[in-house]
Amino acid sequence: MSMVKDIPAVTADATTDIMNKLTDLFLTFAKIGLFTFGGGYAMISVMQEECVNRKKWVSDEDLMNVTVMAESTPGPIAINCATYVGYRQSGMIGAVVSTLGLIIPSFCIILFLSAFLSDFLKIKIVADAFRGIKIAVGILMVDAAIKMLRKKTFKPVQRMILAGSFLIMLTSGITAVRVSSIAVMLTGAMVNLVVFLTKTGGKGK
Amino acid sequence: MIYLELFLGFLKVGFFAFGGGYAVIPLIRDVVISHGWLDDEMISYMVALSESTPGPIMVNMATYVGASQAGITGAILATSAVVLPSFFIILLLATLFRKVENNRYVKVILGGLKPCMIGIILATGIMFIGKNCLEGTTAFQVNRLNTALSDIQMNHKNIALTVFLAVCYFGSARMIKKGMSPIQLIAASAILGMLFFA
Repeated sequence: MSMVKDIPAVTADATTDIMNKLTDLFLTFAKIGLFTFGGGYAMISVMQEECVNRKKWVSDEDLMNVTVMAESTPGPIAINCATYVGYRQSGMIGAVVSTLGLIIPSFCIILFLSAFLSDFLKIKIVADAFRGIKIAVGILMVDAAIKMLRKKTFKPVQRMILAGSFLIMLTSGITAVRVSSIAVMLTGAMVNLVVFLTKTGGKGK
Repeated sequence: MIYLELFLGFLKVGFFAFGGGYAVIPLIRDVVISHGWLDDEMISYMVALSESTPGPIMVNMATYVGASQAGITGAILATSAVVLPSFFIILLLATLFRKVENNRYVKVILGGLKPCMIGIILATGIMFIGKNCLEGTTAFQVNRLNTALSDIQMNHKNIALTVFLAVCYFGSARMIKKGMSPIQLIAASAILGMLFFA
């Protein structure tokens, strides 16, 4: 009898654990979603803080891997990261819950604003607040790059790739000649591959 | 059948939205204009609105167009459609990646991609800060050449706030163990913006 009674108790505990984890994922990504301003790059810094430092859901290396995946596949980086972290934590259901968590704040805000859309940006205090946020977004992008640089040691070839991509993107930004970041990344991967193949003679070690 | 049109239209956006952020605006424009969902003026307005609300621009656009064309059901359908492709692609990659992450060639390719990505992020961040600090350019401006060089001036208020926030953010990370979190920085910047630019 007691055996039979124990089993549901254990299962209930496990269910509570999963529910707690899913709630945690949902709330954390909803919080991140609420602060996703200015596109993806600024969010990397927020993800580093919330998912790596605070919750310890993924490692720095993992986050860098998913950022690379996000950058080379369609879709916003923030959503890609949410899907990946959720999947690593709780499988498919975790991926769904995290992605939903990330989207729901902006979904509700836009839905709400679409009712009286044309006036929103004319409110002086709103415009002023977002002028301030733009400044924070720039700082966070640089911060994300600095954090990644600190966490990683690069070989000389990789340092040259880094400097090259930095200069190309900067020049492209200043001269308004559009260079796609995917093209730059593909070139970087090719350069590293060619250098590796040349060194090892195509046979590896 | 507006629901199906919304779903398929934004599925297409989701599938081809490489690069993220402002790189996807031309693609979104193609889709919403060909369906007659928004005109150019409305698109510019939505871009501006997306800057001032949280969330990726393509999600904001999908939610708005969906809601304006077919109410809340339309909003849900369009938003799901725009997210689905990247959702499944990342799931697929995450599973595949586990199997190949120790492969020598995968490591070499990733070894080339990672420094590239850091370079791109650093350059984008510096450009972004630079544009904030110069008058006559907008941080989110799509066509940068619209501004003649002579129109560009220093924006002293923005420079002051940039320096102040950067010192607070990076300084606190050195002085206190935990420092200021990115979310706290965004919140502080919004409040300071309201006080400072008023």
